[in-house]
Amino acid sequence: MWWRKLEEKIVYLLMVISVASLVILLLAVLISIFVKGTPYLSWEMVSQTPKGGYYFGREGGVLNAIVGSLYLSFGAVFLSLIFSLPLSLAMNIHLRARPKIVNRIRFVLDILWGIPSIVYGAFGFTIMIYLGIKASLLAGIITVGLFIMPIMVRGMDEVMKNVPVSLIESAISLGSTRMEVAFKVMVRQTIPGIVTAILLAFGRGIGDVASVLFTTGYTDNVPTSITQQTATLPLAVFFQLGSPIPEVQNRAYASALILTVIILIISIAVRFLSNKYYSNRH
Amino acid sequence: MEDTKISIQNLNLWFGKLKILNEINIEIPENKVTVILGPSGCGKTTLMRTMNRLVDLQGEARISGKIMLDGEDILNTKRDITLVRQKMGLLSQRPTTLPMSIFNNVAYGLRLKGIRGRKKLWPHVEKHLIEANLWDEVKDRLHDPASRLSIGQQQRLCLARGLAVNPEIILADEPTSALDPISAAVIENQFYKLKENYTIVLVTHIMRQARRIADNVVFMYLGDVIEQAPVDEFFNNPQHKMTREYLRGAFY
Amino acid sequence: MALCTNYKTRKLKDQLVSLWIRFMVLLVVALPLIIAFSLFYKSWLILGHSSLSELLFSSVWRPLAGKFGFFPFIISSVWVTFIGLMLTAPICLLSAIFLTYYGSRHLLRFMQPVIDILAGIPSVIYGVWGILVIVPAVGKYLAPMFGYESSGFSIMAGGIVLSVMLIPFVLNILIEIFRTVHHDLFDASLSLGATKWQTIKHVVLRKSFAGIVSAFGLGLSRAFGETIAVLMVVGNVVGVPENLFQPGYPLPALIANNYGEMLSIPMFDSALMFAALLLMVVVVVFNIISRRTIIYLESKH
Repeated sequence: MWWRKLEEKIVYLLMVISVASLVILLLAVLISIFVKGTPYLSWEMVSQTPKGGYYFGREGGVLNAIVGSLYLSFGAVFLSLIFSLPLSLAMNIHLRARPKIVNRIRFVLDILWGIPSIVYGAFGFTIMIYLGIKASLLAGIITVGLFIMPIMVRGMDEVMKNVPVSLIESAISLGSTRMEVAFKVMVRQTIPGIVTAILLAFGRGIGDVASVLFTTGYTDNVPTSITQQTATLPLAVFFQLGSPIPEVQNRAYASALILTVIILIISIAVRFLSNKYYSNRH
Repeated sequence: MEDTKISIQNLNLWFGKLKILNEINIEIPENKVTVILGPSGCGKTTLMRTMNRLVDLQGEARISGKIMLDGEDILNTKRDITLVRQKMGLLSQRPTTLPMSIFNNVAYGLRLKGIRGRKKLWPHVEKHLIEANLWDEVKDRLHDPASRLSIGQQQRLCLARGLAVNPEIILADEPTSALDPISAAVIENQFYKLKENYTIVLVTHIMRQARRIADNVVFMYLGDVIEQAPVDEFFNNPQHKMTREYLRGAFY
Repeated sequence: MALCTNYKTRKLKDQLVSLWIRFMVLLVVALPLIIAFSLFYKSWLILGHSSLSELLFSSVWRPLAGKFGFFPFIISSVWVTFIGLMLTAPICLLSAIFLTYYGSRHLLRFMQPVIDILAGIPSVIYGVWGILVIVPAVGKYLAPMFGYESSGFSIMAGGIVLSVMLIPFVLNILIEIFRTVHHDLFDASLSLGATKWQTIKHVVLRKSFAGIVSAFGLGLSRAFGETIAVLMVVGNVVGVPENLFQPGYPLPALIANNYGEMLSIPMFDSALMFAALLLMVVVVVFNIISRRTIIYLESKH
């Protein structure tokens, strides 16, 4: 029997190590980003655009990337929302009586979710050329919007499918049209979940490189129209880290830190919202 | 006077702040069928899960009191809890066939006890499948997955599997509730035969089932033991007002 | 009368919305096909130029001479994915078992945000971390330990960074899968005298075997398409690597590094689109098989 006890103890130890390693890995990533980035984070860094070219200029900051990222992500989220919200509402109101179709849509969405962002990037580029659009904020918004759409729909769908049918039926029996049910009942009922889905999609969108690599171009300036090229934070990390000039590399580390902080804020907000949603329901 | 197999003394149990069992005192005699009767949600299942300490898995349970098995308090035993559990075979509401062949289902507990090798296992497996009245139906396909059996057959397989570890007690939690009437009758019949060698504790909310197979009946309601008595006395001359109401079908 | 027009506009609105919904459902269902078709259309040129077997199995990559052998890229992708999965598998399995069956509720409440943040960190950040920590570690310690000389930018570094990124993804699926194992089954095994670990080993793992394989199938499809983090640490040198401490050049990195810059050579452009198509096919196939299996298992549950 002793070996059975020993096996048990060894496995338990390994399991504890595995779980601990999750925390350690997270801390390791965060600490290395913070340690490397914090010294270069200054007012100049967040308030100025790079001077003398992002790849060679030693002066200036990454304002172009910060603003560019925000423009891009908000644009993409907005574009995606126009499709995602009605679609998820439809899946859970109009199509509720037809679970086969809904499940098929869910399946396709999951497949879309699984397609790597580099493929979206290549696809976006093809579309761009086909439509004759140049690399620009607009092209980036379209590509990222497509790429985060399945994330957003599935996120909203996940909360909407828990709304009881009886609630929808009673609203309909009071004489509401389905659209009124959608916006007056469903959206109101699930608003924290919807916001969570939007935040998650925003986080995905703001952090991705591969989808914007060919579609947004890159510039030292803050874009003033959607037809101009734009920088983004992940691109700023990616491009500037490759530079041989230390000051430029420092800008990359600072950008990485800013991006990480944005992601952390989103994570906290999501956690806060989902706790709230959870406690509301119980 | 019959011997007491299990004696539950002043047992209380809480999940968090919610009190599930309240000052339970039950005597379970050896080689008899003791039926714990009561409407659903009265704590019967929790009581049973406390008796073989499965309740340990639910982290928030707090327990006080004693459960004496052959004079040993199993709630505070120093012995390996798995050995205590092996003394009690469990039969749950739905058959819980393990994801393996019919043969291996029965052999599972034996292997845990250290009996290995097909040759050594074979006689045990055969014996217990016969004991559970399943042998004739499965002897030609012992290596099929257990999930291919009918629900009734699966439940008997679970019984055979439980018997194979040589328990002294069989704990059955509404074991016929998912079965068709014929399979249910087979199981009940087996209990009747098995009590010669085993102490049987059966949880049910079916009064007629209690009447058919019980020697003693314990009536529980909302975490309290209301009444315990030999079966004839219980049904013909209940002492407690609530018992009388329940027997009349006044509440469920 | 007023009521009547009000009703009419409401009805009209509802119908317009229905139309919009139909259009969107169609669009979403068609989107994977549209993407696949446009990639296929763009790779038509290269498919007419070289045979499929030559594209997949030739190691000669000389775009300017019109030779496009994808084998070095495919083999790099396979190696990086394989290492990533191998490293991630034990951590995910052990953690998922612990969090489902051993840990308290408080632990799960503490770990869920940890997992979520790991999942939320963008791949470029993992790339930076890889350059700062993993690449030097591989170059200075790991490679010499195995007797190799390495700059650190290698298949191994790519695999390690990838494995960290896969953890939250695979772990979440595994936890879901273990939750579908009914606790009655657990009770049955315990009451036969098994310990918790024996029950997990003989019953839970067996019962959820298909689900576990599917979880790793999904992990594989995620790993195969991961681009930036791997690209940053893997070295990007064309060639079939002789050992894991040499640089590699996975398919997504090939696309990312070259696309948009070689438009002047149509064949090269088409070759890269073929790479994207290949990537998509592999990812989608693994995705479909794994998801179908999981859906099947859940419906049985």
